[in-house]
Amino acid sequence: MIRIFKTGCLILLFSLMQTVAPAHGAEGKGKVWPDFFGPVDVHGFIEMRGGTRTSDDPEAKDISVMEVRLQADLFTYTDWAEFKFKGDVWADGVTEKGEGDVREAWVFSRPSGFLDLKIGRQVLTWGTGDLVFLNDLFPKDWQSYFIGRDSEYLKAPSDAAKISLFTELANLDLVYTPQFDADRYITGEYISYWNSAAAGHAGRDDIIHADRPDRWFEDDELAARLYRNISNYELAVYGYWGFWKQPGGQTVSGTAIFPELNVYGASIRGQVAGGIGNLELAYYDSAEASGGGDPLIDNSEMRYVVGYTRDLAMDLNASLQYYVEQLLDYGAYEESLSGIPARDEFRHVITLQITQLLMNQTLELSLSGYYSPSDEDTYLRPRISYDVTDSIVLETGANIFIGEADHTFFGQFENNTNVYVAVRYSL
Amino acid sequence: MKRCFLIPLAGLLLATSSAMAQTATPTSDEIIHKANHMALYQGADTKSKVSLTITDKQGRMRKRAFRSLRKNDDNLDRNQKYYTFFQAPADVRKMTFMVHKHADLEEDDDRWLYMPSLDLVKRIAASDKRTSFVGSDFLYEDISGRSPKDDFHELVGTTEEYYVIKNTPKKPDTVEFAHYIAHIDKKNFLPMKIEFFKNDGRAYRVIESLQVDAIKAKQNGRPVIYPTVTISVAKNLESGSTTKMTVSDVRYNVGIRDDIFSERYLRRPPRDVMR
Repeated sequence: MIRIFKTGCLILLFSLMQTVAPAHGAEGKGKVWPDFFGPVDVHGFIEMRGGTRTSDDPEAKDISVMEVRLQADLFTYTDWAEFKFKGDVWADGVTEKGEGDVREAWVFSRPSGFLDLKIGRQVLTWGTGDLVFLNDLFPKDWQSYFIGRDSEYLKAPSDAAKISLFTELANLDLVYTPQFDADRYITGEYISYWNSAAAGHAGRDDIIHADRPDRWFEDDELAARLYRNISNYELAVYGYWGFWKQPGGQTVSGTAIFPELNVYGASIRGQVAGGIGNLELAYYDSAEASGGGDPLIDNSEMRYVVGYTRDLAMDLNASLQYYVEQLLDYGAYEESLSGIPARDEFRHVITLQITQLLMNQTLELSLSGYYSPSDEDTYLRPRISYDVTDSIVLETGANIFIGEADHTFFGQFENNTNVYVAVRYSL
Repeated sequence: MKRCFLIPLAGLLLATSSAMAQTATPTSDEIIHKANHMALYQGADTKSKVSLTITDKQGRMRKRAFRSLRKNDDNLDRNQKYYTFFQAPADVRKMTFMVHKHADLEEDDDRWLYMPSLDLVKRIAASDKRTSFVGSDFLYEDISGRSPKDDFHELVGTTEEYYVIKNTPKKPDTVEFAHYIAHIDKKNFLPMKIEFFKNDGRAYRVIESLQVDAIKAKQNGRPVIYPTVTISVAKNLESGSTTKMTVSDVRYNVGIRDDIFSERYLRRPPRDVMR
C-alpha cells in the first residue's frame, strides 16, 4: 500500500529544501551560508514506477516494483574542495514501508597536481565489462536491476576513500573501504530464488540471513587499479583484497557467510576495426577454500570476457561479449558435493546489447540480454524510454528470465519475470 | 563576454589571408583549407559555453547546454582534443564527453563518455561521424569538422560576398549526401552557409551562420582578433526540425593543459569548466 500522506510530506520537505538553498554571497544578517562556499546547485527528480510479475509466484507478491521515489542532489564547492549529496526516499509498495538511501555524500579535493582524493559515500566503477563485472568488486544491487529500477541503481554506493595518483608513467587508484560493503544480493525480499539446501524456490517467507563481516578497520576492503594509455589503448591491472561480495559459503549450521576473497586481473580496451574491443580477465582467489575440497566455501575461479561494440547504422549501436567463469580445483569440488546439483566447470555467457535512438534521440529502444549456453538459461531486458520534454521521461520495459533448470543463475528467477512502467519528472 | 568590433574589422587582421583576398581569386583548395582553419583551428585553444535549442516540426522545444574546451595538438590544422561538460537537460547533466580527433582518414577519433551516476567511463565507437550530435540537427562532423581530404572541391562561383564551393565526397558510400555547396565569406573565410544535396538534386539540410563576433585574445602577448560564429542554425528540411546553436563566453589561448583531456578530468571536471 502506497503511503500517500508520507510521500506528500516528503515532497513538501523537498520543496522547502529548494527554497533554503541560498544564493551565493547572500548579504545581510541572519546569513546561514558561509561566504567561502559557492552557490548550492540543487537538482532532483520525482518518479513513479510500477511493475508486476507476469505469472504467479507462490513465494512473492504479484507486484514486482511499486514505488514513488524522490531524489535530491546537492552540490557545492569551496576553493579547495567539492561537496556532493545525493539521496533518495521512496514509498515502497513491496516492503510496505517508507525507505531511504543516501547514494552519495562525499568531499572531493585536488590537493596537488598528482593527487585526487574522494572521501565518503560514493558510487565506484572500473573495468571494461559491459553488464558483467570481473575486476570491479564494488557493490552491485542486483535486486534493483532485476525489478526494473533505473540502471543507475545497479551500482550500490560504497563508504570509502579513493586516492588517485597520477604520474607520467602510470596512474594509480586506491580505494579503501574500512567496513566491508557487500552487494545488495537476492535475499528473497523482492525476488524469489532457488534454495539448494531446501531443494525448492524460496522468497519473502525465507529471507536469506547472512553473517556479514562488519568490524571497522578489520573487515575492510582494498581495491587497486594501476592504469595507463598507450596510443589510446587503455591498459589496466587490478587488485582486490576483501571478501566475496555475495555469500560465498555457509557455516555448518547453514548461515550464509562471506569468505575472504582476493582478486587479481588485467584489462585492455581500444579501437578495433571501426569499433571498440575489450578484453579482461580476473583470478578470484578464494582464500579460505583450502584447495577446493571444502563443501562450505566457494572455490577459486578464473573469469574472462572478450567484447566488441560498434555502430551498425545511424544511432544504432550493438555490443557483443563472451564471458566465461571457470571453477578451479573442479575435481575436489565434485568430490565434496553431497547430492546437490553440481555447477559446471565452465559457465559460458553471451551478452548482447542493442540500442536504437529515434526521433531526434528522444525515443530509445534497447535490448540487453544474457544467454548462457552451458546453463541453458536467458535473461532479457527490453526497454523503451521516451523524453516527452526535457524534464519528463516515460519508460517501460521488462525483465524476462527463462531457464531449463531450476537452480541455474538466471533460470532460478523464472517466476520473477516482470514488466514495468515509470514516469520521471526531473527538476 | 563583451561584444567587440564589427565583423569587417576582423577581416583586416587576417594577415595572410587578407593579402590573398585582395589579389587573384584563390583556388578552391586554398579557400577550403582557409575556411577549415577559420571554422575549427583558430588560436591554440578555445573555451566556450554552448546552448542548443532544438525545435521539431510540431514546435516542441528541447534545450541542450554544455561547456566546451578545445585544444589543437599542433599548428598544422590536424589533430585536436575536445572536452564537453553537459549542464542540461537532466538526463545528461554532469556527463562529460571527450574526443581525441585524428585528422588521418584511416584513423577513427577516440571518444569517451563519463556517466557520473554510475561512475562509468564508456568508450564510444566513433566509426560513424554522420550521426546527430546530442539529438540536434547538427551532426558530429558539423561540430568537429569534416576533413578537407574527404571531398573534391570545386569553385563554382563567386558573388560580391562569397566564394561558392561545391564539395563532392571521395567515398560517396560513407555519407548520406551526394554533394554540398558552401558559401564562404570572402573577407574572413568563415563558412556562412552550407547546403547538403541528395542524388536527385534536392537540398535536404542547410546550416547557416547568423552571427559572427570578433573575439579579442592574446597570441604570444600580442592582441589578436578571432572572428567567430556565435549563432548558427541547422535545418533538416526533410523532418522539419531546426536547431539553433548559440556560443557565448568565448575565450581563445587560455592555456588549457593537455592532461585535461584524460580520464582524470573526465571523471572529475576541472573546476573552471563547471562554473
